[in-house]
Amino acid sequence: MEFEFMQESKTLVITPTAEIDHHLSEKIRRKADYEIQRHMPKKVVLDFTKINFMDSSGIGLIIGRYKTVHMLGGELEIENACGNVKRVLEMSGISKIIKIINNEEEINEKCM
Amino acid sequence: MKSVCENEMKLEFLSKSCNEAFARISVAAFASQLDPTIEELADIKTAVSEAVTNCIIHGYEGKEGVVRISCEIFGGSLQIEVSDNGKGIEDIETAKQPLYTTKPDLERSGMGFTIMESFMDEMKVESIVGLGTKVTMKKLIKKE
Repeated sequence: MEFEFMQESKTLVITPTAEIDHHLSEKIRRKADYEIQRHMPKKVVLDFTKINFMDSSGIGLIIGRYKTVHMLGGELEIENACGNVKRVLEMSGISKIIKIINNEEEINEKCM
Repeated sequence: MKSVCENEMKLEFLSKSCNEAFARISVAAFASQLDPTIEELADIKTAVSEAVTNCIIHGYEGKEGVVRISCEIFGGSLQIEVSDNGKGIEDIETAKQPLYTTKPDLERSGMGFTIMESFMDEMKVESIVGLGTKVTMKKLIKKE
């Protein structure tokens, strides 16, 4: 998993690099919470550009981080989800509370 | 069209979370004989991941046990059985409700059965309290 904090916009970008399942979600949760508390970002972006698989453990993970970020006064955004990740997200109804943004170029490259 | 022979395989492994990826990738590799699309393969992987995670978290509740998977290919479809000898489910209908979870503290979303049901063509849950649970799923691989 990669973390990038942009000081100017106070944005923390979290980019998972391996398939999100129950086994990995605990580890991601701990690291993500550590980074969120360290930087106190105004915005947290979960960027799915680098992965093609996520099961329902990812939904629990996203909702948990949404609550944490929200409690600290920030917002959470999801970017570049396609294929299986997109379908799991759609099924969960998460888009009703969390903004999902797809960057045209990156999505085309990854999904095609 | 390539004809697919009828086939079977069985897997048995310890209920450790590090085996979740092994399980879904193994079933996907077996399913590839049916020449599925990338999307169909992702559906199978997701459903297997959900079923195996349920055995580990709910069936055995983190304790050590054995998870069994058996797969059958026949008539252009894949049937997958995932079973455990764990604690079983008291009320299957409630467990299947979207967003219902007995483990919110572990950040479980309660979407497992819903995902299995919608990503596969058929899904059936059988369980006996104290003896274990078996989930049977079927995916029809569509041919152009």
